[in-house]
Amino acid sequence: MSEENLEQKAKQIRADILKMLYTCQSGHPGGSLSCVEMLMALYYKVANIDPSNPKMENRDRIVLSKGHACPALYAILADKGYFPREDLWTLRQLNSHLQGHPDMMKTPGVDANTGSLGQGVSIAMGMAIAAKYKKADYKVYAIIGDGEVQEGLVWESAMAAAHYKLDNFVVMLDHNGLQIDGSNELVMSIGNIMAKFQAFGFECIQVDGHDLDAIVKALQAPVSGKPKFICCETVKGKGVSFMENNFGWHGKAPSEDQYNAAIKELGVAVNG
Amino acid sequence: MAESKSLRVAYGEALVELGEKNKNVVVMDADLAHATMTNSFAAAYPDRFFNFGIAEANMMCAAAGFAHSGLIPFASTFALFGTGRAYEQIRNSISYVNANVKFGLSHSGLSVGEDGGSHQSIEDIALMRGLPGMTIFVPCDPLETKKAVFAAAEINGPVYIRVARPVVDTITTPNTPFVPGKANVMRDGSDVCIMATGLMLPVALNAARLLEEDGIHAAVVNFHTIKPIDSDCILAMADRCGAVVTAEEHSVIGGLGSAVAEVLAGHSSAKFARVGIQDKFGKSGKPADLFAAYGLTAENIAAQCKSLKQ
Ligand SMILES: Cc1ncc(C[n+]2csc(CCOP(=O)(O)OP(=O)(O)O)c2C)c(N)n1
Ligand SMILES: [Mg+2]
Repeated sequence: MSEENLEQKAKQIRADILKMLYTCQSGHPGGSLSCVEMLMALYYKVANIDPSNPKMENRDRIVLSKGHACPALYAILADKGYFPREDLWTLRQLNSHLQGHPDMMKTPGVDANTGSLGQGVSIAMGMAIAAKYKKADYKVYAIIGDGEVQEGLVWESAMAAAHYKLDNFVVMLDHNGLQIDGSNELVMSIGNIMAKFQAFGFECIQVDGHDLDAIVKALQAPVSGKPKFICCETVKGKGVSFMENNFGWHGKAPSEDQYNAAIKELGVAVNG
Repeated sequence: MAESKSLRVAYGEALVELGEKNKNVVVMDADLAHATMTNSFAAAYPDRFFNFGIAEANMMCAAAGFAHSGLIPFASTFALFGTGRAYEQIRNSISYVNANVKFGLSHSGLSVGEDGGSHQSIEDIALMRGLPGMTIFVPCDPLETKKAVFAAAEINGPVYIRVARPVVDTITTPNTPFVPGKANVMRDGSDVCIMATGLMLPVALNAARLLEEDGIHAAVVNFHTIKPIDSDCILAMADRCGAVVTAEEHSVIGGLGSAVAEVLAGHSSAKFARVGIQDKFGKSGKPADLFAAYGLTAENIAAQCKSLKQ
C-alpha cells in the first residue's frame, strides 16, 4: 500500500475507534488513538501474518499488552479481514466476540489475553523463549504503555528477555506521557524509560510514534543476541484535538456532539 | 427520599470524613484515584494521599509498612487487582501479621460491565475469606458503605471493603445497625430465608415480593459482613424457615454461599440453594444484561426458593 493510502487508512482506523466507543458508550479513546501507527507498522508492513489463517504456526505474534487500547487492534484486525467489519459495532456488548479487553478465546487474530497491565509483555517474552526452543523463526512484538511500566512485572520480563538473549523479541513503548490519574511524572515518575531498558540489556531506538516509516525502520533494524526496545513518542488522543494530551480522555466515551466533531476533524466517513 | 449514589462515591466521601477525625488515616491508590474516588481524599488531604502508580503489589507491601509505623492505611484499586495481583503480598505482609491495613477495593463483581471478564472480580471474596483474621465487608448501599469505612477504622487488623461501581438506591437507614459480624434481618418471613449481600440485597427484596404474591413468606437477611460470618443468625433462620437461598454477585464457590454452607453442614437439615455466578468467568455487557445472563435476578432467586419448598 502506498504511503498516502496508509495515511488515509490511519484516519479511517481512528474514525472506526471513535464509532466503536460512541456506539457502546464506554472504553478508552486516548490510548487507542495513540498507538494506531505502532499497530499499523506491524500489521501492514512488518509482521508475517495471514488473516485467513490466524493460527498459522510460524506467524509473528503481536501482543497488545496495554489491552485497554484494543479498539485500535480490533479496527485493524477487521480491516485486515480477520472478521467482518460490522462486528466492530458490537464492541463490549453482551455476547460480542469483541470484549472490553483482548480475548484470544473469542477474537480471531488475538494472540494473548491482556487488560491486566504488565502481563501481556511477560506472556510475549515467554512466547519468544518458546520460539527459540522450538527453533522457529517467528518474532514476538509487545506493545506496552508508559503507565504500565510501573508494574514490577514489566521489569521482571525485561530481565528475563535479556537473560535469554531474545533477539526475536521486540518491546514497543507507547510513550504518550499520560495515564489515568494524570501525567506519568505526577502519578509515579519512572524517569527515563528507554535508559532503563538499555540498562536491562535491550537494544534501544527512539522514534516518532506517529511516523509510520520511522517505526517500520526501527522494527527492521537488525539486532543480534539482544531484545529490542522501541520508544515511540506519541500523543495520547492523537488526531482529535480536544482529546489530545488530555488524561481526562483516558477512559471516557464521546457524546454525540463530541463524536460528530471528532469525525468531522478526521475528515473521513465511517461506513457500516 | 433515600439517596441514590455510586458506592465508590460514598466510599470517597467517607474517607474524607474519617480523615478529618483521624490524622493517622492515610489513603493509597494505584493510578485509579479517579475511579475508586479516593481523589476526594487526595484533594482534601494531599499530604496524606499517596499514589503508587500502576504497582499494586508494591502498594500493598507499602501499606504494611505504613501500618507497622502506626498509620491506618486505606489502600484502593480495583477489587481484581487488589485481591488478585497483590494476593500474596496481602497474605504474607498483611494478614499473616495482622497488620492494620484496610483495602477499599472498587469495581467488584459483574457490575463492572463492559470492561469484561478480565476486570470482573468474582472470586475476590473467596481469596480474602481464606485468610485467617481477615474481616470482609460487602456494603449494599451508600449509607452502609460509609458505616463500613468507619467500622473498618475501629478494627485492629486487615479489613477488605468490597465496593461496587453502580449507582444504587439507599435501602438502609441511618439508624440501621452496622455491627461487624452481625447480619441484619431486613424483612421477616418464616417459609424461606434469602441470605444476600451487596448489590443482591435489593434483588433479594424484590424476590421476596414476588414470593409474597404466591403466598410464600420469605425473610431477607443482609450479610454486610462475610467474615466473620454470623453463624448464630444462619442457624436460627435455617431452623425457623427450613429453607435457605443465598444470593451474591460473586462465584458460588468461596463466597457467601460457601460460608453459609459451611455453617449449615452438619448442623442443620434446612434445604439449601445458592444463587451466584456458577463457576464461570464474566464477560462484557451492560451490568443489567449480565445480571440477567448469569441468573442474578429476583425471578431466579424466587424460583430457587420455590423449588426448595416443593
Ligand atoms: C494491573 C492493572 N492495574 C490497573 C489497571 C487499570 N488501568 C487501565 S489503563 C490504566 C492506565 C494505563 O496507562 P498507560 O499504560 O500509560 O496507557 P495509555 O496511556 O497508553 O492508555 C490503568 C491504571 C489495569 N488495567 N491493570
Ligand atoms: Mg500512557
